[in-house]
Amino acid sequence: MELIDYHDEGQFFSGHVACAGCVEALSLRVILNTVGKDAIAVVPPSCGAVICAGYPNSAVNIPAFHTTLESGAASASGVKRALVAQGKPDTTVVCLAGDGGTYDIGLQALSSAAERNEDILYICFDNEGYMNTGGQKSSSTPLNAVTGSTPAGKTTAKKNMIEILAAHRIPYIATTTPGHINDMVAKVKKATNIRGTRVILVLIPCLAGWGVADDAAVKTARLAVDSGIFPLLEVEDGLNYTLNQDTKNQPVDDYLRQQKRYRHLESEAIANIQAEVDKDWQRLTQRVASAS
Amino acid sequence: MTELNNHVLLSGNHAVAWGVKLARPHVAPLYPITPQTPILEKITEFQSQGELDIELLTPESEHSAMAACISASLTGARVFTATSSQGLLLMHELLHYAAGARSSIVMFNVNRTPASPWGFWPDQLDSLSQRDTGWIQLYSETPQESLDSVIQAFGLAETLGLPTMISHDAFYVSHSVEPVSLPSQALVNEFLPPFEPTRKLDTASPQAFGAPIDQVTWNRSRQEMHATMAQVSDLVSSLGQEWGQLTGRHYAPLEAYRTEDADVVIVTMGSMCGTAREAVDSLREQGQAVGLLKIRLFRPLPAEAIRQALDGVPCTLVLDRNYSPGMGGILHQELKGALYGLNQGQRLYGLLAGVGGTNVGSAKIQQWVAEYCDAKPYNDPIWVE
Repeated sequence: MELIDYHDEGQFFSGHVACAGCVEALSLRVILNTVGKDAIAVVPPSCGAVICAGYPNSAVNIPAFHTTLESGAASASGVKRALVAQGKPDTTVVCLAGDGGTYDIGLQALSSAAERNEDILYICFDNEGYMNTGGQKSSSTPLNAVTGSTPAGKTTAKKNMIEILAAHRIPYIATTTPGHINDMVAKVKKATNIRGTRVILVLIPCLAGWGVADDAAVKTARLAVDSGIFPLLEVEDGLNYTLNQDTKNQPVDDYLRQQKRYRHLESEAIANIQAEVDKDWQRLTQRVASAS
Repeated sequence: MTELNNHVLLSGNHAVAWGVKLARPHVAPLYPITPQTPILEKITEFQSQGELDIELLTPESEHSAMAACISASLTGARVFTATSSQGLLLMHELLHYAAGARSSIVMFNVNRTPASPWGFWPDQLDSLSQRDTGWIQLYSETPQESLDSVIQAFGLAETLGLPTMISHDAFYVSHSVEPVSLPSQALVNEFLPPFEPTRKLDTASPQAFGAPIDQVTWNRSRQEMHATMAQVSDLVSSLGQEWGQLTGRHYAPLEAYRTEDADVVIVTMGSMCGTAREAVDSLREQGQAVGLLKIRLFRPLPAEAIRQALDGVPCTLVLDRNYSPGMGGILHQELKGALYGLNQGQRLYGLLAGVGGTNVGSAKIQQWVAEYCDAKPYNDPIWVE
């Protein structure tokens, strides 16, 4: 039993249009309340954009700029520079993007902002596909997952965004999930107090897109971490890796069985995924060991 | 009040950078491209020497440069960027966005041929093909006009909440060195008030900008833009007059040069106006009643002023340094629309002159005037060399 230490400051309003049971809405609530009132949001098209606002309503209690899909990091840079020029360097600029806007079409702008070490907090709500357009594959979609554009299962692996970002030597990269609220709060708080480009990848098990039961998203997120598929980690200055949960104690099978996108898998494919996860875990623990 | 100004030798691009320095923007996202780059480098030099306090961003593309411009402008900063050709075309999506978001960006574009094939030559298709994006568009003939227009453009963009693009021709203006009068900082400060938008991204007043809206509200946003566009021509006039009172250099949406009682009026934009002016002088010396109508404000097109300027003129030659495939010269098309139904018997010729940056000299323009002053009406575009 884990006590959740979380204080809601009313920064995220009820009445938004997320699907019932959606853990992206939960994550937005936790993140926005942790970032606080002295912040401006930049939101590219994504599930998050739909949750945050439909004119004339807004679900967020901070100014929000809705930008184009590929421009999240560039738009956030523009807001930050304008604030600095007007003597407000302490206001947090938080980009709330999806994985399409991060791994795919927004990667170029994100890489450039990271190279310039722009003082922005970039949150990627990673539901491993274009779920807001009905569920097509992105480069974050994992091997074998069925989507609207990979009906027989994706034939290539999920892009390793952590390593791509680490290669930019930015001050802070972290992963978290809505199944780990204390971890999420701690990381967002830590990131908010760092200057420079900070990126947090939040795994969002998508009820509709992954075929997860309405009440199983939190459980699925926890299984993703427990199985080692989505390790909770931090990378500081691109080199110092920390594993926040340093054991994996579940087979991938339990995680995969929560999701209809994997229900076509035979035991051989599952064994293959398990082998890949084990190899990735080994590489990761080596990095952690070499960092300390 | 007119002050005695310092004259210095400046290229068109360096004149732009001087205009930027005097207008003192807060933020400038800039990406290099030939033949714009001297603007970027001069602004960077001003900043590195401590002469200009500005946040410079050097993103990975013009697309990200424009994205940063939009959000910085909506956060209340005075914003400038510069580009050319492929860079402007890469921005296309965000040009619509910048206008729809009612940002107040000033952008300088150096007119250059769009690929393919590759070329680096003066041709106005890059900016003219952006005419439906919602940007105010001004065209400049000389380095002096480019400097003056940059400063006036900030007044225009920030008063109306519409992004403003100024263009001058590659090399003919961008790299040609001319004596340029530099206004003093005090004069520019008097002319250009600080940017204080009524709405901005501000933690004191949390609002959402650009969120999804319904059909009726989207429709209304365009009606509002249309109403604002209707104010542009008058404001270009009044800013040009005010600038004239301060500097002795007056500007307007159009400039009519020796058009009184003209039998033939040449209509064009940008550097070709200088050559056309020479041709007009030569023809007037030879006793021919020929004038020039220079279009400085292209978007919104000052149609009523154009109708007045060309009312009763029997023959108009439009010189287009651009080609819209399947249609012809874009200015020709615009003029046809503006003059529709004005008077019977008026002849309007669209000459595709200097497309791709080919040289158009005064002698050639004189030759075309001779060819077309008594010709039969002809509706299609005419390729001339």
